[in-house]
This record gives sequence, structure tokens and C-alpha cells, in this order.
Amino acid sequence: MDMMLKPVILWTDVLIWLLVISITLFLSQLRKNPESREQWHQVFSSRTGMVTFVIILSYIAIALIDSLHFRKALPPVPGQNTTYYSNTVNSVLDIFLGEMGETKERTYSAPFSLKSYAKENMTDESGHIYRDYPDLKYAGSHLSDNSDFSKDLLIQSLKGAGKGLFIGLLLCALLKVFTHRQDLPWSSAMVTILLVCTLLGWLLHVGNLYHVLGTDKAGNDTLYHSIKGIRTGVLIGTLATLIMMPIAITLGICAGYFKGWVDDVVQYLYTTLSSIPGILLIAAAILQFQVFIDLNPDFFEVGLEKADARFLGLCFILGITSWAGLCRLLRAETLKISQLPYVQAAHAFGVSQVGILHRHVLPNVMHIILITFVLDFSGLVLAEAVLSYIGVGVDSTMPSWGNMINLARTEMSREPVVWWNLIGAFAFMFTLVLAANLFSDLVNDAFNPKKRQERGA
Amino acid sequence: MDNSAPVLSVENLSVCVNNPQQDPILRNVSFQLNPGEIFALVGESGSGKSVTSLAAIRLLPDALKVTQGKVLFDGADLFHSTEREMTAVRGNRVAMIFQEALTSLNPVQKVGVQIEEALLLHTQLNARARREKIIDLLSEVGLPHPETRIDWYPHQLSGGQQQRVMIAIALACEPDILIADEPTTALDVTIQKQVLNLIRTLARTRQLAVLLITHDMGVVRETAQRVGVMLRGEIIEEGNCEQIFRHPQQEYTRRLIASLPNQDNFLPSEQPDHLLTIKGLKVHFPLRKGILQRIHVWTKAVDDIDLHIGRGETLALVGESGCGKTTTGRAILRLDQITSGTISYNNQHIHKLSRRGMLPLRRRIQVIFQDPYSSMNPRMTVQRIIEEGMVSLKMDLSHEQREARVIELLERVKLEPEHRFRYPHEFSGGQRQRIAIARALAVSPELIICDEPTSALDVSTRAEVLSLLQELQNELGVSYLFITHDLSIIPQLAHRVAVMKDGKIVETGATEDVLTKPRQNYTRELLSAVPRCQE
Repeated sequence: MDMMLKPVILWTDVLIWLLVISITLFLSQLRKNPESREQWHQVFSSRTGMVTFVIILSYIAIALIDSLHFRKALPPVPGQNTTYYSNTVNSVLDIFLGEMGETKERTYSAPFSLKSYAKENMTDESGHIYRDYPDLKYAGSHLSDNSDFSKDLLIQSLKGAGKGLFIGLLLCALLKVFTHRQDLPWSSAMVTILLVCTLLGWLLHVGNLYHVLGTDKAGNDTLYHSIKGIRTGVLIGTLATLIMMPIAITLGICAGYFKGWVDDVVQYLYTTLSSIPGILLIAAAILQFQVFIDLNPDFFEVGLEKADARFLGLCFILGITSWAGLCRLLRAETLKISQLPYVQAAHAFGVSQVGILHRHVLPNVMHIILITFVLDFSGLVLAEAVLSYIGVGVDSTMPSWGNMINLARTEMSREPVVWWNLIGAFAFMFTLVLAANLFSDLVNDAFNPKKRQERGA
Repeated sequence: MDNSAPVLSVENLSVCVNNPQQDPILRNVSFQLNPGEIFALVGESGSGKSVTSLAAIRLLPDALKVTQGKVLFDGADLFHSTEREMTAVRGNRVAMIFQEALTSLNPVQKVGVQIEEALLLHTQLNARARREKIIDLLSEVGLPHPETRIDWYPHQLSGGQQQRVMIAIALACEPDILIADEPTTALDVTIQKQVLNLIRTLARTRQLAVLLITHDMGVVRETAQRVGVMLRGEIIEEGNCEQIFRHPQQEYTRRLIASLPNQDNFLPSEQPDHLLTIKGLKVHFPLRKGILQRIHVWTKAVDDIDLHIGRGETLALVGESGCGKTTTGRAILRLDQITSGTISYNNQHIHKLSRRGMLPLRRRIQVIFQDPYSSMNPRMTVQRIIEEGMVSLKMDLSHEQREARVIELLERVKLEPEHRFRYPHEFSGGQRQRIAIARALAVSPELIICDEPTSALDVSTRAEVLSLLQELQNELGVSYLFITHDLSIIPQLAHRVAVMKDGKIVETGATEDVLTKPRQNYTRELLSAVPRCQE
């Protein structure tokens, strides 16, 4: 008997899990040094730090769950020996979301509405044709009578929120057991966890019965798309940085440390790169890549893999075009550090070049790398939206906030206005970017030596 | 003005950090400033000297606050005057000069403009009269060619001249009080002497009351009429300069005076066999220009010098900043490229060795740097810092052996074995310099290049580090190349002295000969500039 599920491993899935593991390792490494522990402590000792961290963490958690893909086995036809798998790729997140992804209406419907947003010709019992808003196929289909709607909504809301609250309390209890330090604002973290869990519980429960954020033109649930967009947003923020970091770190540190012709070459590279308009480069690269994907359909088993390849290409090109800034910073800092007496002392001890770079230079520019990582994250999430808007972003079949905003362009200019697609994408993106920005501010405050000096003075 | 009445008197001033758990920073500090008199506050770093001066003119940082006491200026309590009145007092009546003249001056404005700014605030002169006044001021503070230098930018002036400009700005508003916070610490000895002379003259001619803040007893002795010795926020002893130096009442004052090195006992110079010989060493740095980066000038940092250091001997290399002493040390360590000349160690030529060929010699020649704060990687524990040399030079020691060696070294430099788990930022400057010494000793070198190892330290710490270095020389027989600009520590430390100027050695010989019978004018100039306690 074959398995009921066939795991699908996408490139981006592997990368995001690898990235999360390496970031965790890197942070635990940082914790060993009392100075950086002190700095992290400062980040988390503020309430904003705790709250934003919990929010970012929940986004990342959703993205991670959404990065475990599989294909369901199709129900076997009698006499069939091999199992066939469904062509749609699902993720673990879809299990949590339940029916939400499959409850397709015919077209637009407003949030919490039981009726469609467009009039249709219908026949009544006596055979007369009349024109009215039809009932939705799924939303509120469990109701025996539409007038029970508000009562039902209240009851179901309480149910959903209660479930969420329960899970939230469990998480808080776990947190309580595993935390030792008393001087951090754990209470803020717990309140945020409770809020996030309650909200999620409510959204999931009610979202399966009604369209909380309405539906789009093709009748897809907007809430479902917004939630699925989280993976795209988080991934583009982290993967592009992951591709950019090694280039920037290697080139920047080598230029600053070895000077001479290495420095000249690196400087030439980034000056050239920064003088080409970024958008142009990205658009050209993405369109080329799309041509490649279209010409080689055999490489990809399902549609999602095509979209994934294009997405990876986008991350890659975003990474390639954005390393110049960090590289410049690192080069300058390395120039400074390589003249400091402790590096000179290492030379006097005959420490190898690699040893000096690894032990003396890299740890002392870590704060710059960290600050850039957090700062760039929100910038890249926004960049995805902009690129999708002009049509060179992620594949249009891939749920992403950029694509939603792109579609909302026509929706905003029709009468009556369809506003919920834009609001859905906007709310989810806004929360993530705001949390990331606030968090990066705090990280910058704690790790930037200049800021520390100002505070000290 | 009445000479006997004090211009400013501080009474029972106490200052503490806003956080009440900590000890107060100042406790019942009282002193008076009289016109025409220089009052010196002397003490080690952290003793509260600068806080006293800031509190007196109500410029304390927000984190500190005055808990009691008053500051009487012309009979009025400054703590009761409004902020507006204070601004008038600060600009018109009290002027300050700081240690770092270059950072106190605006780098993008001509010096004349910066002095003019003070004049505009406090006088009603027209443009022509202002310019004349500025030139007068500049010539009063002894800046040569004031008519042209008035239009120069700060970076075109030397450190001493910048400090003179600062003093001119301070004088522009005709103050009654001049607060000088370590005005000469960043300057070379010869320049220090000139600036101190200037302050002394100004105090006399302008009837200025000067509050001189310093850590250097030599400077006090040379300049001040009255002294207050500060220790942990208290003035423990105050009195006439002569009196304090002759009959110090407090143990701490005695220690401060005693920490000034004895300048009459010289180490005998022996003639041991040469460990390191330098012949015709030249280190020239190319200055490149234009898009093709062509070399258009060479900076001759070290220009044809001969030196030798014997086994177990200390050679002091002295000179003012920029004379090429540090570059010499770096050239021996092969940290800078040598242009020409030979360096031989134990009769082996080392100037042509490759990186790999140099490795065995890295164990023999080690280095201690000036700044104890930047000479250690802040992200490594003391254990890892000290053992780095042992690991990279492949001394074939197991982890346990290395740890035992680190403990032994820490004990040898009088630190605790537990200190090996700590990070550099947990130590004071003196302790860090001990760790740096332990790090150099870790590979059992025969020659240590000490590049101004004590110039960033307080006087009493300096004495401790110096005696530790000497102890180690007696026990282990290491040689030192001791690079310094501070001539006062040389007599009891060095066997021989080499005086360097503009990349050349002007005089070399046994310490006693060079210091007592200098043959060159430049050596004589350097020697006469050293502040002394004994006459």
C-alpha cells in the first residue's frame, strides 16, 4: 500500500528551514558572549521588543508550517494498482485552515456577507425570472435560516475565540515553565501571545463558516489568500537576505582587510552595480527566468514548482542587487578594525589570515550584519509588493500580498468599490512590516556602538 | 580687583548619581579660586576632578545631581541663579579649555571665525576692530604669524597651536576664571611646557583665576601655586604647592609624589652581546595621487637608523609623536614593509623572511601596545586571548597544559586565575595592560617591543606596570625595546637610550650619559621640558 500523502519538497521550503535553523544556531552562539547577551537583554527588556518579537515569531511560525508541502492521494479507482496523487499541492497550514481554501464562491462577496456582490438572473418557484443577489454557496450554508446570522456569528465567534484562548493559555504556561529570568517583561509577551492566539482561533473558526474578508473576483476567500501570503512575505525577506549576506560579507571583509587590488575590484563591482537602476535589472532578470521556465516545462512536476522556481529567482536577483550597501559598511568597518592593536597583536603571533578574519574581524562586525539583516527584512517585504504590482514579482498563481494589491488596482476603480482585497493584504503586511521596523529600531539601539555611546554620554 | 578676595568659592559641594544606591561622586568639596593664582586639582582618573569643575558652572550631565553645597561667584550663589544668568556667567566670566583641542574646534571653520564668534557675543566692536582684536589675542597666546594664521583651518595647525587657539577663544570674552581640564595631556613634552608657561603668564598678566585639572604631579609642581589632592570624590589635602611637595600630610599624596619616577638613579649600562641589530633601516610610505595612483612622494617615517639591543637589556627609544619610533617597532615585528636596511636577530637576517619563515621568530619577538582598550578583542575571554599565540605558533600543548600556563601567567602578572573566564571590558586599564603583558609572555619571547605601554595609564598604575616589567626582566632575562615619549620614566627603566627625531636617531648612548650630558641640542630641549618634582 502506498502512502496516503506524498511529500513535495520545494527549494524554498528547504532553504527557509535551513535558514531558520542557522539563525537559531547563530543566535545561541551570540548568547555565549556576555556583551551580546547584554545587548539582547536590552532589546527584550523593553515591552515593544517583546511584543514585536512575538508578532514576528508568529508570522515566521505560520510561514514555517506553510513550508511543509504534500500531495494528497486521490481516492483509488477500482482495479487500480498505483496510487495517483492530487495535482494541487497542500501544506500543513492548509490542514489548520480547514475548508477555507476550498470554499470557492462564484465571484466577489463582501466580508461576512451571505449574498453575492453581483446580481444574477434567477428563477423562483413559480418559474419567473428575476434579478437579485444570490445566496453564497458556502458562507453561512450551515444556517437553517438567514435571520439567525447575527446570533450564530456571536456564538461561533465565542467558540473560536475560546479555542484560541485555550491554546494561548497553554503556550503561556509553557513559557512560564521555561523562562528563568525575571527581569524581562514576560507579561507583555504573554498578553501578545493570548491576543494573537485568540485572534487566530477566531479567524480560523469563523473563517470556515463565513468569508471574514470576503472573496475576490474568482470567488477565492481573501482571508485564506492573505494568510497564505505570509509565507511569501517572510520568505522573500529572509531568503533574499540569505543570498545577499554571503556576497556582502565575503567581498566587504576581504576588500577592507586585504586592501590593494582586491579592494579595487570589489569597489569597482559595487560602484558599477549601484549605477544600474535596480528595478531594470530585476525586471530583465525575472523576465529571462520566466522564459527559461516556460521553455522547460519538464523540469517541474506541478504548477507550484514553477511558481516556486520563479520565486527563488526573484529572491536571488533581489539578493544580487542589494549587497552593495552592506558591503560598503563592512569594508569601512574592516578597514578600521584591521588597524586596531588586537589585530596587529594577532599578526605578531603569526595567526593565519583566515584565523584573523574569522576570530578577530568577523565577530567584531557582527553587529552591523545583524542590524542590516533586521532592517532589510521589512524593506524586502515591501519590495515584493512593489515588484508584483508592476508585474515582475512572484508568479501570479502564488498567493502574495503584492499580487493581491496588484489585482486591487481594478477593484478600487469600479463602482461599488471592492475594498477588502486591498485591506486584507494591507493589514497583514502592515503588521509584519511595522513589527519588523520597531524591532529593528531596538536592535539598532542596542547594537550600534554609536547609539550606545550617545546613551552613555 | 582686590587680590585677597576669592573670585569663586565652592563650599561643601556634594554630587551623586540619580541612582541612590551608589556612592556619591563628590563629598563636601570646598576650595577657592583667587585672581592671578593657579589652583590645581590633582588626582587619578575617576577621582571627581572634572565633575567638580562641571558642577561649579552648572554643566553636570543629566545623570548627576548636586545634593548639597553652594558655589559663590562674586558673592552670589550660582545654584540659585536662573539659567539665563548662568549663560552670561559661563560665557563672559568663566571660560574652559579641554584636553582634545582638535575635537573642541570646528574643523570646517577658520580659526579667526571661531574666535570672532566669541567676540560677537560679548563685545560691540566693528569688523575691522574685531580682526585686530583677534590678531592681538593670537599673538598674546604666542601663535607665530597671527596675521596669516587667522585664516587657517584647525587641521593646518599643530596640536600645541590648536590648544593656543582654544586658549585665545577662552580669552576673547575677557573671563575672570579659566578652567583648564587636562590641557596638556595630549601634547608632547616640549609643547606641554610651552602651553603651561603660557597659562602661567596669562594668569599673572590678566589676573586670571585658573582652575587646572590634571593627573600629573609634575605639571602641578611646574605650574600651580595651590594644590588640592582629590581621592574618591574628596579633597583629602589642600595647600600651598611648595608645602605639599615638601611635607605631604596624607599617605596618598606621598604616594602620588613618590610615583613620579626617581630621576637621579640610573641603571648601569652593560655591554651584553647583541640580540637584535638594525643597520640602515629605512621605512618609507608611498603617497599616491591621481587616478592611476602613481606614487608622487615618499613619507620617510624611518630614515636610515642603526640600533642594537643586547640580551636582557632595555633600550629606550624616545622622541616626540610622529618621529617614527612606533614605525621602527612595527618594522622589527614585520608589520610594516621595510624599504631598505637589515634587521638581524641572533645573527640571522630577518628582514627578508617570508610570512612562514617569520613564524619561528614570532615566538621570540613580542609586542605590548599603548592602548589597553583596543589591544584586546572584546569578544574573546582572557583565556582565549592569552592562549592565541600558543595555539597559532603550534607550541604543541594540550588543552590542560595551556590552561595551566594561562593560570601561571596570570599569577605572574599579579592577576587572579579566575580572571581567565572574564572578558576584557571587565578590567581596568592597568589590569588590561597586565593581561597584554601575560599574552606577550605566553610564548616565552626573548625580546618584547613595548610601544608606549604606560602612557594611557594613571600615575600609580604606571609605576606598578613598570615595576612588573622590570621584575620580569630580572627573572626571565627578556630584552625590551621601550618606545616612549615620557622621559621621566627612563632613568630607572632603561640601560641605554636612543633619541629619535624626524625618522633619524640623533643621539644614542648609556642612559646616564644621555640624560646628564646630552650632546645634542634636541636632547637638551626634550630634557628641559620634562616636569620635575625634585629640583
